Amino acid sequence: MPSSPKPALQVENLGVIFRDASGVVHALHDLTFSIPPNGFISLIGPSGSGKSTLLRVLAGLVPPTEGEVRYHTDEPKIGMVFQSANLMPWRRVIDNISLPLELKGVPRQEISERAQDLIHLVGLEGFERAYPRDLSGGMAQRVAIARALIQDPDILLLDEPFGALDALTRERMGDELLNIWHARQKTVLMVTHSIGEAVYLSDQVLALSTRPGTIILDLPVELPRPRQPEMRYAEAFSELTHTLRDTLQEDHGLAG
Amino acid sequence: MPRQFLSGHFLMKMKSMQADTAQKTSPFTRLAYLLISLTAGVLLWHLLTIVLGLPAFILPGPGQVWRRFLQSLADGQLQRHTLVTLGEVLAGLFIGGFAATCLGYLLAKSATLEKLLSPYLVASQSLPVVAIAPLLVIWFGPGILSKIIVCSLTVFFPILINTVVGLREVPQDLRDLMRTLKASPLQTFRKLEVPAALPIYMGGMRVGATLAVIGAVVGELVGADRGLGFLINVGRGQYDTALVFVAVFTLILQAMALYGLVLLIERQFLSWQSWRQEAG
Ligand SMILES: Nc1ncnc2c1ncn2[C@@H]1O[C@H](COP(=O)(O)OP(=O)(O)O)[C@@H](O)[C@H]1O
Ligand SMILES: [Mg+2]
Repeated sequence: MPSSPKPALQVENLGVIFRDASGVVHALHDLTFSIPPNGFISLIGPSGSGKSTLLRVLAGLVPPTEGEVRYHTDEPKIGMVFQSANLMPWRRVIDNISLPLELKGVPRQEISERAQDLIHLVGLEGFERAYPRDLSGGMAQRVAIARALIQDPDILLLDEPFGALDALTRERMGDELLNIWHARQKTVLMVTHSIGEAVYLSDQVLALSTRPGTIILDLPVELPRPRQPEMRYAEAFSELTHTLRDTLQEDHGLAG
Repeated sequence: MPRQFLSGHFLMKMKSMQADTAQKTSPFTRLAYLLISLTAGVLLWHLLTIVLGLPAFILPGPGQVWRRFLQSLADGQLQRHTLVTLGEVLAGLFIGGFAATCLGYLLAKSATLEKLLSPYLVASQSLPVVAIAPLLVIWFGPGILSKIIVCSLTVFFPILINTVVGLREVPQDLRDLMRTLKASPLQTFRKLEVPAALPIYMGGMRVGATLAVIGAVVGELVGADRGLGFLINVGRGQYDTALVFVAVFTLILQAMALYGLVLLIERQFLSWQSWRQEAG
């Protein structure tokens, strides 16, 4: 990993300012960072610090006001997992997962094979024909992750994907995400509110300040992989979480 | 502001309509209640005619109405006029619905267009079509054309509003999802906007179907040479009050059948959203 080839993604002097009828919001200010290919990066910061905005810029949904975003490949395939599962309630689980390929005009046979693979990967066997209304929060989130994965994206963007889950489910889903990431080799950028989760899952944690969001800490996490739940009690782990917590708290204090 | 006004108003209507279908009693119990209530109603009506002893041209009894019904069926009169009204209603639903859907789509897509047109839309909502039906009959004659126009106008507004509201309610996150997947506008329309807007859109169709019947009859009452409204006028003119009753009942049945038909189509297409009913 340290042999650092071309980064998967490079962000330079990125700034985002929203202007609308209600005024001007300076959401992001002068962000510069890069993400290595197949890296797992977490983004942490207080509410309103522009985390979702950053993901939306990276996904091409919001144009940068200043600076630029460069991808390693010309047209990278991006899989986005929203904060809410964001499923189509009129589509069954299997059809929700199939949507990205359907839009690409992939032949039916191939779609259904790949969708079935993903059902397996996220452990939703038996729920293929269920509607989203019949799923628990965790299951719906897994469907959303499967949908993001089906087109085999180069970059996976996750916006607080486990926000709605209880602590234990959350940890299990995190482990599942690591397995998927490991099996599929892709670049992941995940927004989270949990310091422990950020450290446990990532190679690198970016901490954003209060608005306008800038990077106040770019913390490499050099814990061995595969990560094991016990690592949460290791000294190296708590050092990292302390560093993060202190940085975030200090910033918060300054912001008053 | 008008946007808020329009959607708030209609969403309230939608909610109450959904509550209608939210009954949890078994179909059998419901049928039993219906039969009891209908029988009681007919009995009461029968008693009323006996007690009051009114002449048949003021209040005919259920028996007389029933015989008149059979007679008008036998001479083909009832079917003929029912078909005329039904044709006007369906044509109005189709034409008014089509125009409303297209305009609604454009309005939902363009805030500018909406701002330009909303004064007219709000005004036309408060204008009872009944009031301009005589004008339309003067302009377009006593034939079915003027009725089709009245029907089209009555169904236009609810379908237009529900198209706009339905499209506006499409979750932004799903729109964003389609954008990250690089969906074409046509794909976004077919795979997101249509299915997402359909529940509210169909609500507009249900209201429209009922209003269309009213529109047709009002048009026919004002001036027509056929249709159930015309039959009511004939009955009234000849003191054949039983015939008026027959025509009125037929109208009620027609409106209910149309409403039921739309409901059936809705159930067919929207089976996924039975959660709405459970939630209600
Ligand atoms: N489309 C928008 N228009 C105007 N302001 C916005 C828009 N999107 C986000 N914002 C504002 O930008 C700031 C950052 O929001 P967001 O990225 O959602 O923060 P986070 O996800 O870190 O909580 C907030 O103050 C929010 O109100
Ligand atoms: Mg957010």
